[in-house]
Order: sequence, then structure tokens, then C-alpha cells
Amino acid sequence: MPLGDDALILSHRLGEWAGNAPVLEEEVALANIALDLLGQARILLSLAGDEDELAYLREERQFRNVQLVEQPNGDFAHTIARQLYFSTYQELLYGHLATTDSELAPLAGKAVKETAYHRDHAEQWTLRLGDGTDESHTRMQRALDALWRYTGELFDPVDGLAGVPWQTLHDTWTARITATVERATLTVPTGPRHGAWTAGGGRQGIHTEPFGRLLAEMQHLHRSHPGATW
Amino acid sequence: MTTIAPEDTGHEALFDATIAAEERIEPRDWMPDGYRASLVRQIAQHAHSEIIGMQPEANWITRAPSLRRKAILMAKVQDEAGHGLYLYSAAETLGTGRDELLDKLHTGRQRYSSIFNYPTLTWADVGAIGWLVDGAAITNQVPLCRCSYGPYARAMVRICKEESFHQRQGYELLLTLSRGTKAQHAMAQDAVDRWWWPSLMMFGPPDDESAHSAQSMAWKIKRHSNDELRQRFVDICVPQAEALGLTLPDPDLRWNDERGHWDFGPIDWTEFHEVLRGNGPCNDERIGRRRRAHEEGAWVREAAAAHAARHPARSPHRGTDQEEAAR
Repeated sequence: MPLGDDALILSHRLGEWAGNAPVLEEEVALANIALDLLGQARILLSLAGDEDELAYLREERQFRNVQLVEQPNGDFAHTIARQLYFSTYQELLYGHLATTDSELAPLAGKAVKETAYHRDHAEQWTLRLGDGTDESHTRMQRALDALWRYTGELFDPVDGLAGVPWQTLHDTWTARITATVERATLTVPTGPRHGAWTAGGGRQGIHTEPFGRLLAEMQHLHRSHPGATW
Repeated sequence: MTTIAPEDTGHEALFDATIAAEERIEPRDWMPDGYRASLVRQIAQHAHSEIIGMQPEANWITRAPSLRRKAILMAKVQDEAGHGLYLYSAAETLGTGRDELLDKLHTGRQRYSSIFNYPTLTWADVGAIGWLVDGAAITNQVPLCRCSYGPYARAMVRICKEESFHQRQGYELLLTLSRGTKAQHAMAQDAVDRWWWPSLMMFGPPDDESAHSAQSMAWKIKRHSNDELRQRFVDICVPQAEALGLTLPDPDLRWNDERGHWDFGPIDWTEFHEVLRGNGPCNDERIGRRRRAHEEGAWVREAAAAHAARHPARSPHRGTDQEEAAR
């Protein structure tokens, strides 16, 4: 369920881009990624119960997504930085899960291909923005810095996922992010990623302020018609 | 330009013969300036409608009441962006550019369909748009699959397939609401009441007031008149409304045995002209949001251009190809 929540919430954030993207190709690409993630969320939530009940009738404290995915879209660079951090993580995690005998293996096998595309898309944009104009360089660096503190949580052990080599995933993730960021002529952020005053409560249902508002919007109609089918 | 050289007469005769033989005009073929201009106008307006048309539906993506409906709606809005892309490409084969066309949209020199100036106030509006707005679009667009200009006709084949899929989904959404709780049924009826007349206006002004119709029909860009298509649409919708268990907001609607068609009440053409003139409920919002997305995205496009100039080895179309492959 924590992985389902990650996919559900990030998909929702990407859905907010519809009609607002900087070029038409990105309308298609962002919606495409959002749809892949929503597809993953539906499978993962269905494994845990009724997908709509879980998405629409849980409260903020019951969601287990990492705080990274609930962060507001910000400008295009923030969206890309969030996607780069998350897709790189997701690709590594699903890549591992696909090789195990967990019930998630079939899903992970399929999702890892989608995720590789998402990661590539984010990487290409990190390169374009980092190594583009002065303005885009500044914005991309600012975005990487701002979201850095939400990345430590990605490697906290997840309930229900035994045997994941979190430290190895973390090291590989750091190496990949470093390579991309440096290729984009940018600097890997150095701020804290763990500890009481940085991010890191999402898996325990402790979220950031914008999350409540996201849920209010997402759940309002469903909650207004109890028991209705759609 | 006004004197016709002998070889031009030959071109013109060949063009006329191609049209008469129901064959396709292709981008490299000679064509009359008016034909070219007329197609650019129509295809651009069509492309703009796809792009602006994303807004009223995207308005509900974050509030869709089930994950299944959310996925359907996201896919639909994504398809619309894709349709916009095909259509801008088709327009580009006529010697114009996407940037130029977008600029004309943003500065109000080119139009988009009047229907997208109406607001989506409830979830049922998403269904009404699918059933009625996409339904009207299909009625208009299926004949365009036989349009005399090849790139446009081919784009329409692809677009019409996806549109009919969307239309069925919209119908099914309304059917679910209509058969749901009392509140859901009322929501569906209210949406149909608000979208019915604007949908009939999508076919354009009556035949005796339609400025471009006769020439477009002679060139086989258009195949049927506005009023013919409107009548066809009404005839299709009336039994569908009945099957949905919803009524259409027209007291004059009755079967005419003599004509073999449904008679319907007069359309409020004043409203239509007001909306076209920019005075509809959402004209400012729609164009404002489009402009804002474009302006706020300028630094991203500039970055992509600067990067491509510095790294010419990487194909500028790479992203697009991947998106196509991933679909």
C-alpha cells in the first residue's frame, strides 16, 4: 500500500499539469506518466482492498506515501526534479522487486519498464534545463536543492517489503543522481536528508501541509455521495 | 499574381480534375491560394479547439470520483493534446508553422470552437461533453475523413476513431449517473440541459448565413451543410436521450413523419454570436489560461532550444518519439 500511495499521489500531482504544460509534447508526456502511475496505483491498492475506498475514504494520517510525491508542482523544474528523484528510486526498487518471489514481482516487472521511461524523460529534461539558459540552470538547481530534503525518506524500510537491500538502493540512487546532475552542469545538493527537522514522516502518515488540501480536492465529490457508484 | 500564365491554367485544370475524380490533393500539389487559406483556417481552428478543449475537462481530473473515471478522463485529455499535435502537423504541410498558429490563437486572430467557452460545473458535465460535444464533433468530422486534402483526411481517420471511443465513454458515464442515486440522476439531467443547445451551435450558423460553406463544399473540404449535419445529430441524439432516461430541453422537439426527421426548436443565434465575439461565460478564462501556460513555459522552450543548439547530436524529436513508443 505505501507504494500504491506513492503512485496515486504523484499521478494526481501530474494530473494538475493538464492544460498548463510549456509545450504540447509535454502535455502528452506528463499525462502519459500520470496514467502509468495511476495504473500502478490501482493494481497496488487493489491488492490491499477496494481501490476507491482506499483512495477516497482514508484520511491524511492514513496515507503512507513519501512526502516527496505530495510536494506541489512548483515550476516545471520542480516537477522535473521531483520526477527525477522519484523515478530513479522507483526504477531501482521495482527492478529489485521484479527479481523476488513477492506478490509484487509481476507488477514490478511491468512497471519497471514504464518507470525507466519516466526516469529517462526526467533525465533528459534535467540535462536540457541544467545545461540550457542561465535562467533554466538557476531554476533547475533551485528545484534540486528544494526537494533534496525529501529524498532521505525514500530509503526507509517499507512495511510489508522484507529483504529489500535499502542501503544498496540508496548507494546506486546517489551514484545515478550524481552522474545526471553533474552532466547537467549542476551541483548535487548537500543539505540534510534525515532527522527530526527534515522530511521523513510520510510512511508513518505524517505529511506536509499541502497534502490535506490535495486530499480535500481529490476526495470531495466521492465523499459527497456516500455509497454511490460512478 | 492576377495574370494567369499558361502553365498555371494547366495546374488549375489538374487540380479541378483531381477534386472531381475524388482523389486527394497532397502537400506538393499545386492548389489555389483560396483553397490553401481555407484549409489553414479550418485545420488551425480545429487544432486550437482540441487544445482549448482540454481545459473544461481537465478542470475535473483532480476531482474525478473514482480511479477508473480518473484514468479515462486523463487518457482523454491526453488524446486531445495528441489530436492537437496531428492537426498542427497537418496545417504545417500547407506552409504555416505551429508557433505562428499558436500566436494567432493567443492574440485572438484565429478561433476555436464556441462550445469550449462554457463552464464544467459538475462531474456530469464531463459525461455531457463526451456524449453531446464529442458526438457533435464526430458528426462533423466523419465526413472530413473523405476531405479532398490528404493530410487532413488522414489525420481525421485517426482522430475520429479516438473520438468515438470518448463519446461512448461519455454516454456510459451519463448512463451510470442516470441510473444512480436521485442526486446523480439530477446532476446528469442538469448537465444535459446546459449542454444541449451549445452542442447544436457547434455545427455553425444556418446554411443561409454560413460564409465559407459553398466554396468549401465545391472544393470537397466540406461534404454536407451545417443544417444537414445538425439535423443528423438531433436524429441520433433523441433516441439516445430516451435510452439514457434523460430529457432534452426543447419543448418543440417532435417527430415529423413527413420529413422523416425530428423537428426542433429555434436556436438562440444571439447567444452564439455573443460567444463568438468573446462574450461567452469562459472566453477570457480559456484564452487567458492558454496564454499563461505559453508565457510561463517560455523559459522551458528557450532552455530546450539553447541545449539543442549546444548539443546538436541529440535529436530534437527524441522526446516525442519516446512518447509515441510509450503509448
